[in-house]
Amino acid sequence: MTGVLTTLVDILSQPAILVAMIALIGLIAQRKNLSDTMKGTTKTFVGFLVIAAGAGILEIALIPFGAMFEEAFNVAGVVPNNEAIVALALTEYGSSTALIMFFGMIVNVFIARFTRFKYIFLTGHHALYMACMLAVIMAVAGFTTIPQIAAGAVALGIIMTLSPAIVQPFMRKLTGNDNVALGHFSAVGYALSGLVGKAVGGKEPTSTEKINFPKGLGFLRDSTVSIALTMVVMYFIVAIAAGPAFIEANLSDGTNFLVFSLIQAGNFAAGVFVILAGVRLVLAEIVPAFKGISTKLVPNAKPALDVPIVFTFAPNAVLIGFFSSFAGGLFSMIFMALAGSTIILPGVVPHFFTGAAAGVFGNATGGVKGAVAGSFVNGIIISFLPVFLLPVLGDLGFANTTFSDADFGVSGIFFGSLANFAGPIAIVISLIVILVLMAIPFRKKEKTA
Amino acid sequence: MKILAVCGSGLGTSFMVEMNINQVLGELGITGVEVSHSDLSSATAGDADVFFLAKDIAEGGSHLGEVIVLDNIIDMDELREKVRQMAEEKNLI
Repeated sequence: MTGVLTTLVDILSQPAILVAMIALIGLIAQRKNLSDTMKGTTKTFVGFLVIAAGAGILEIALIPFGAMFEEAFNVAGVVPNNEAIVALALTEYGSSTALIMFFGMIVNVFIARFTRFKYIFLTGHHALYMACMLAVIMAVAGFTTIPQIAAGAVALGIIMTLSPAIVQPFMRKLTGNDNVALGHFSAVGYALSGLVGKAVGGKEPTSTEKINFPKGLGFLRDSTVSIALTMVVMYFIVAIAAGPAFIEANLSDGTNFLVFSLIQAGNFAAGVFVILAGVRLVLAEIVPAFKGISTKLVPNAKPALDVPIVFTFAPNAVLIGFFSSFAGGLFSMIFMALAGSTIILPGVVPHFFTGAAAGVFGNATGGVKGAVAGSFVNGIIISFLPVFLLPVLGDLGFANTTFSDADFGVSGIFFGSLANFAGPIAIVISLIVILVLMAIPFRKKEKTA
Repeated sequence: MKILAVCGSGLGTSFMVEMNINQVLGELGITGVEVSHSDLSSATAGDADVFFLAKDIAEGGSHLGEVIVLDNIIDMDELREKVRQMAEEKNLI
């Protein structure tokens, strides 16, 4: 009997098998034919192993980077990158992440069905990353396995519904209707940018779209290219600051320090590329199933979709937002260096995607001024939130990389601080309070004609 | 026949477009078309017969061959029209 039990535990503690089983159940529930079921289950299984392989490549690249940075500046330098931190975390928290994601999606459907928050969060990779962060936070907070998954799933479901909700006023202004929502976990930054835009825009703001811009920065949208290029620049700066003697003696085994850095920068981009391929395989079956089930169960559901959906509304604001957000990141980095805290290095990927969207929302409320100011604020908050997030991540806080987008920071710090304040019970109480507040069928005063 | 939806990271947006294309193909009663999604780096001209891209990355994907550019990627009517046009050109309906 114990043999059967330990085998069962072995199976369930292997995230790759667990995710494959979730996919299998989903495919059978949708009455897919044998060939589709086999294909989907196997792809999900292999996908999870691909992510783990990518994590291995990333670690090879990140460990020397951390060592060089400390040698050069005597403080830790962190490159926020969701894919990197998630892949590293999944090696330890894979099974709980898979279960939190699965049940979190169910909680999302329930909240959307029974409260006035009709958002169904369809950006699968962000749901996966958030599930992973919550698995870490809940474990560090002191929950044991089953409560960890339960609390994580409820928290995930709440975040999946609230994150689109806080951006929706600005989405309505941008798209002119209320049918589509934004499902991207940097909503706090977007909403702030919208508010900042409103504050600085004045009465008749000039839209960014009236400016004629030179084209040619499209290659930054290709994430492999932008990650590789920024990592080369960062590696070279840090390698030169650390000096060839240190690197060739301790890290590169005698290889020229710049050649070594170039290869490690490439390794980082290669690792992210592999991880993305794995994430794509894992989500291929889970997201369509979730979409199918939720549209059946939730009347008037508003799909919350990935961030590039807003880019086409204001292409110039996308560029302005990226530069302005990146400037905010550089400004924050200098501030951190002077203050002697952990230094968060501005990554092109988070500043591109979240800065661009912040620019679009800032422009929607405050024109050019709004786009510049709003995304600058976004750049500052996505730089400072990780500083406060790192301490609540336990061992993962020392990984040279961390979660990059604003909502990860806000929710991680929120739950982490609650746990520091009064342990797991504080988290449980907060989840119940939030759910009760969300369930109140409050309506906005409708304007009478 | 193969269709590939492409976006910057190949995770969310292109996936949504893939699901929407599948839905439109279903509405039109077209079968036997394989739809998948990818990131801009991995996509090559040989990967599919037709590529769907959003307007903002159209520039980066011009090497792919037969590209259909979506002005507004959340507009189902636009997608429906463009998929139908493509299907007529390919003699699928």
